[in-house]
Amino acid sequence: MQLPRKNHVHAWLLLMPAAILLIAFTHYPTVTTVVKSLFSKGTAIRPSQFTGLDNYRMMIEDPVFWKVLGNNLWFALGTIPTSIALAIVMALFVNRALPGRSLVRMAYFTPTILPMIAVANIWLFFYTPDIGLIDQILTAVGISGRNWLGDPATVLPAIMVMTIWKEAGFFMIFYLAAMQNIPPELKEAARLEGAGRWTYFFRVMFPLLMPTTLFVFINAVLNSFKLVDHLFVLTKGGPDNASNLLLYYIFETAFSYFETHYAAALTVVLLVLLAAMALGQFFILDKRVHYR
Amino acid sequence: MSRIDIHNLTKTWGTVTGVDQVSFTVPEKSLTVLLGPSGCGKSTILRLIAGLETVSSGTIRIGDKEITHEDPARRGVSMVFQSYALFPHLSVRENILFGLKVRRVSKARQQERLAEAARMVGLQDLLDRRPSQLSGGQRQRAALARSIVSRRQVCLMDEPLSNLDAKLRAEMRGEIHRLQKEVGLTMIYVTHDQVEAMTMADQVILLNSGRVEQAGPPHALYDRPDTSFAARFLGSPPMNLLMLSSRQAAAALDDFPSDAEMETMHLHQGMVGVRPEHVRIGDTGLPAQIVAADYLGSETIVRIRLDDQILFARTGNKVSSDPEARVHVSWPKAAVCLFDKTGRRLSGDFL
Repeated sequence: MQLPRKNHVHAWLLLMPAAILLIAFTHYPTVTTVVKSLFSKGTAIRPSQFTGLDNYRMMIEDPVFWKVLGNNLWFALGTIPTSIALAIVMALFVNRALPGRSLVRMAYFTPTILPMIAVANIWLFFYTPDIGLIDQILTAVGISGRNWLGDPATVLPAIMVMTIWKEAGFFMIFYLAAMQNIPPELKEAARLEGAGRWTYFFRVMFPLLMPTTLFVFINAVLNSFKLVDHLFVLTKGGPDNASNLLLYYIFETAFSYFETHYAAALTVVLLVLLAAMALGQFFILDKRVHYR
Repeated sequence: MSRIDIHNLTKTWGTVTGVDQVSFTVPEKSLTVLLGPSGCGKSTILRLIAGLETVSSGTIRIGDKEITHEDPARRGVSMVFQSYALFPHLSVRENILFGLKVRRVSKARQQERLAEAARMVGLQDLLDRRPSQLSGGQRQRAALARSIVSRRQVCLMDEPLSNLDAKLRAEMRGEIHRLQKEVGLTMIYVTHDQVEAMTMADQVILLNSGRVEQAGPPHALYDRPDTSFAARFLGSPPMNLLMLSSRQAAAALDDFPSDAEMETMHLHQGMVGVRPEHVRIGDTGLPAQIVAADYLGSETIVRIRLDDQILFARTGNKVSSDPEARVHVSWPKAAVCLFDKTGRRLSGDFL
């Protein structure tokens, strides 16, 4: 279709606000990051030089990178299934006639409303050795407390517990909305056929919740690789990188050590990783998802 | 074996009474229609029988067994919902087999029964489709097959045809009726559509605000409505209910009343009911005026003003739709129903 010149101008004018924002804050930074990752760090004496894949070679030899990546995988494995399961259980619980139902729903959702930094500070108080809430309770029943965030063995699980607490309530809202979209006759029909609660859940309800599960799952994976604020307040990645995650490591590399070019290379790896996972989830899970 | 006895069934929610002291019996292998306007409690009665609502008081028996508080799955009833309630993520095959799988019927039996049910409703070629890939009528058939495959003797239907267009509705009406006879189901069928009730039912139970207004075979409800509500609910257009003086009532009769009948009429204080098809337009009877005539092909519905009342006449002849035409209306003695002031039909009428 041939458009008059005037229409072209109009079209571009309408597209411009969104296009400028998208290019300035998404596309341009992405491209510069990729380009930057191929150059060496410049100093006053030695200007930045094209070094090809040197930054990536350095990454392969960097033990901290592998440690951080491993941490992140454990973190994802530990938080995602648990928070999704918990979200479903909570949604099932509040998706019924229940005294004070909206109060319970709100309570579940509160962690999501609170600012991340505030949340981290609250949990910092829980985890503080000796005077923290957990240790006080443990001492009261005669178990000696420990330094939850200071011990490499417990620091990552401690952060995982907090993340699950925060994520599950958020995901619950999506599940609750999805459950309320399921017509009640389906449950009645299943009941007349003799299906118990479990059969109904596994044969009917869970399959119908699959679109929600896919959405929540992708979000959860992204979140687990995006986590940075909690670490900032609670552990700063320590001790000995035991709680360091990929994005926080990038942040440290870029703004504490000022290794911006190496940080750019790390960012590219993170981006590729996330894109690959999102694509994989769509292609593998999408076949098993029933959309109404 | 699958006779259904409902005795004094009552359902209340707080102070609201949805079903009030309802009693009726559905003979084995017959079809009973629960008919009534929306909100009359017909669907609630069905859900009480299915066990999807709890009974406030009264009893439900199927065969020799009281099932008032029995688990829905063990009542031996199957149900077809208004929305069909097919599982959207399962194929037609899986939908039909759902109950058999849940009840762990053997694989061989499953296949055998599936084939039989699919053949009965004509869905053999669509078993691998999802409900969303079916037309309204096909979904309805799938829901029927799911009900048939259970081999339960009692089948409950909750306005199963209300989501279909008029042509399909007529077709499925015949289909359901045929299946009910063929399989020998004891069926309770809820509808607000009187055509469905008149064409399918062995027994019609007319409900009004949670109470049974009248129960009986379709022709009894149509010819001899017990109440003015029944008279107005059945028939399209409904029965004419006229306030006539005893002189007018006598003058409108084609055939001369006996003395006893004259006396009945003279003492009568309520309304005179006549079906539109019995109203004769001619030269004798009560003077009236034609207001409008709707030509429907096989028949014409004539709207007539009689003093300040409107009455309908149904006639096979073409009527000159000349408005303002002066005519006379009359009807045979046997067609008259007399209702007292409270709306109940006088037991004797003229008969």
